[in-house]
Amino acid sequence: MAEVLVHVDHLDGAVRKPTLELLTLARRLGDPVAVFLGAGADAAAGVLAEHGAVRILTADAPEFADYAIVPKVDALQAAHDAVRPAAVLLPSSAEGKEIAARLAVRLDSGIITDAVDLSTDDQGPVATQSVFAAAYTTTSRVTQGTPIITVKPNSATPEAAPAAGTAEPLTVTFGDAATGTKVTSRTARESTGRPELTEAAIVVSGGRGVGGAENFAVIEALADSLGAAVGASRAAVDAGWYPHSHQVGQTGKSVSPQLYVAAGISGAIQHRAGMQTSKTIVAVNKDAEAPIFELVDYGVVGDLFEVLPKLTEEIKARKG
Amino acid sequence: MSLRIVVCVKYVPDATGDRHFAEDWTLDRDDVDGLLSELDEYAVEQALQIAESAREAGEEAEITVLTVGPEDAADALRKALSMGADKAVHVEDDDLHGTDALGTSLVLAKAIEHIGYDLVVCGMASTDGAMGVLPAMLAERLSVPQATLLSELTVAGGTVTGRRDGDAATERLSAQLPAVVSVTDQSGEARYPSFKGIMAAKKKPVEALDLEDLDLDAERVGLAGSRTEVISATERPARTAGEIVTDEGEGAGQLAGFLAGQKFI
Ligand SMILES: Cc1cc2nc3c(=O)[nH]c(=O)nc-3n(C[C@H](O)[C@H](O)[C@H](O)COP(=O)(O)OP(=O)(O)OC[C@H]3O[C@@H](n4cnc5c(N)ncnc54)[C@H](O)[C@@H]3O)c2cc1C
Ligand SMILES: Cc1cc2nc3c(=O)[nH]c(=O)nc-3n(C[C@H](O)[C@H](O)[C@H](O)COP(=O)(O)OP(=O)(O)OC[C@H]3O[C@@H](n4cnc5c(N)ncnc54)[C@H](O)[C@@H]3O)c2cc1C
Repeated sequence: MAEVLVHVDHLDGAVRKPTLELLTLARRLGDPVAVFLGAGADAAAGVLAEHGAVRILTADAPEFADYAIVPKVDALQAAHDAVRPAAVLLPSSAEGKEIAARLAVRLDSGIITDAVDLSTDDQGPVATQSVFAAAYTTTSRVTQGTPIITVKPNSATPEAAPAAGTAEPLTVTFGDAATGTKVTSRTARESTGRPELTEAAIVVSGGRGVGGAENFAVIEALADSLGAAVGASRAAVDAGWYPHSHQVGQTGKSVSPQLYVAAGISGAIQHRAGMQTSKTIVAVNKDAEAPIFELVDYGVVGDLFEVLPKLTEEIKARKG
Repeated sequence: MSLRIVVCVKYVPDATGDRHFAEDWTLDRDDVDGLLSELDEYAVEQALQIAESAREAGEEAEITVLTVGPEDAADALRKALSMGADKAVHVEDDDLHGTDALGTSLVLAKAIEHIGYDLVVCGMASTDGAMGVLPAMLAERLSVPQATLLSELTVAGGTVTGRRDGDAATERLSAQLPAVVSVTDQSGEARYPSFKGIMAAKKKPVEALDLEDLDLDAERVGLAGSRTEVISATERPARTAGEIVTDEGEGAGQLAGFLAGQKFI
């Protein structure tokens, strides 16, 4: 069977959930071959194999951390040349998309970004995208070269499918461009202890209606009762009430959870662009005319400071 | 010393209008008004600031705005010129209809080389295709470093430095010019064109180029040269109107009932 390259997104060997989703989707197209770059391959190999990696190509070098993007492109190109895969899949993170972009130019291959589903027909992989703020669903394919596809988080449920993959070294020669952009410092984001925004099954977001930084405690309390991640609208972020890394929307994170709760958010097109593919949408807003209500599965017209605390109590009581 | 800056700006359909596909699954441009992609206004703004500080340091600086797009895309160039850019280049050719990202990057790279550059500034993503891949593709094609998704940047002494807020970490990047950068909407509000700026823009030069001028083969662009193909496009069925209740003390309980019914609690 044809092999499919999967670029592994990880933090020092801790494999992120979107990669497990990619391995699951890759199996529809062929045998997944994981490409693991950086430190921690031994820690990661088990979970990659468990999710279907038939081979795990690994490379570690200081270049991966010290310089941006290009060293990883060099490595993926080496993996591509060694494997001649039927497709290359990457997570739709900012970095994943940029690696994909440069690889596409090098291979003169078509690229599809932000796929939300993958299938295959007699002509190869078919990617589903959700475009124009989710107003349209399109399917497309790559017609020339090796299909390079980035896939959004939460596009599949990771399934175990034990395979024989063990770590094997990949030989990478870095080109002149690899050291072009130096990473002079890196500050890891502090963990909040809550699920990662793009990976969470439930997201509770607050907007301008929350009215202040301290009031976000109401949003966080509801999120914690549901085991959810916390999101924010750009208005809330611009006001300095919540960090930008939590912004949901066109210029923030794009989320696609099972449940999205929007509290005090009007539902501007740029916000919708980042959450409209959520499976179930709930809103609490005191304005019955707020556009967010056009999208909801369930809406409460009311004051979030009345509704959310009571809801949080109710959920805690029901969960016992 | 002179600093030559090229800003790539895209002409896009207004996101607040109804965006549709034509029969060939390309964007139906007749149906909706177009404008300068809002996220590219941030790119123009940063270019203006970089040019201003270069001039303050006694250097010459010139900003060229570049678009690849249909006739109406000239509107996007005018907007950028009225903000303060010096001149514009418009690549327009019937054969460009339906060009994919790979093809667009080829045309942009050729045009950038034609113009001459030390720094290329892009937006973080277009507001229509929203792929966020063009800046990286340009860096690859031009064989220069990329410093992308910057929320803050400085150009001095032939080096660009900036801050990139990534998914897991905030990084500081540094690269030698010539380079390609892209800037986010966190980089600083874009200025409004002044009346003077709007009047001045009318007199600024706009160079029109077609594929032949760029020595590009029509086979490599447009729907024909595209390495991707749209198979289908279906309008998402409007979400069936959900249940909406007004809180009169019972709202939280009703919502909890809904969430329990959906097995979220
Ligand atoms: C280029 C560009 C990119 C953008 N990117 C993004 C993006 O990524 N994400 C994003 O979110 N926005 C983005 N925006 C901004 C977007 O257009 C809106 O301005 C923003 O989403 C509004 O945020 P909001 O809904 O919180 O605020 P508002 O629109 O002010 O809405 C506040 C809502 O809260 C309600 N409310 C007030 N008090 C209460 C209360 N006590 N209880 C219940 N409800 C209450 C109000 O009725 C109102 O509906 C972008 C804009 C531009 C131009
Ligand atoms: C809904 C939709 C989905 C698409 N999906 C795909 C796909 O999966 N694969 C594919 O190959 N093509 C796709 N395309 C086509 C692709 O959008 C265009 O080729 C486009 O010009 C490049 O991608 P982008 O608009 O997403 O730009 P981005 O990569 O998001 O743009 C980033 C920056 O590049 C610059 N830039 C981009 N385009 C231009 C331009 N024409 N002129 C000047 N500067 C520019 C701007 O500075 C912009 O801010 C799609 C188009 C649409 C409308």
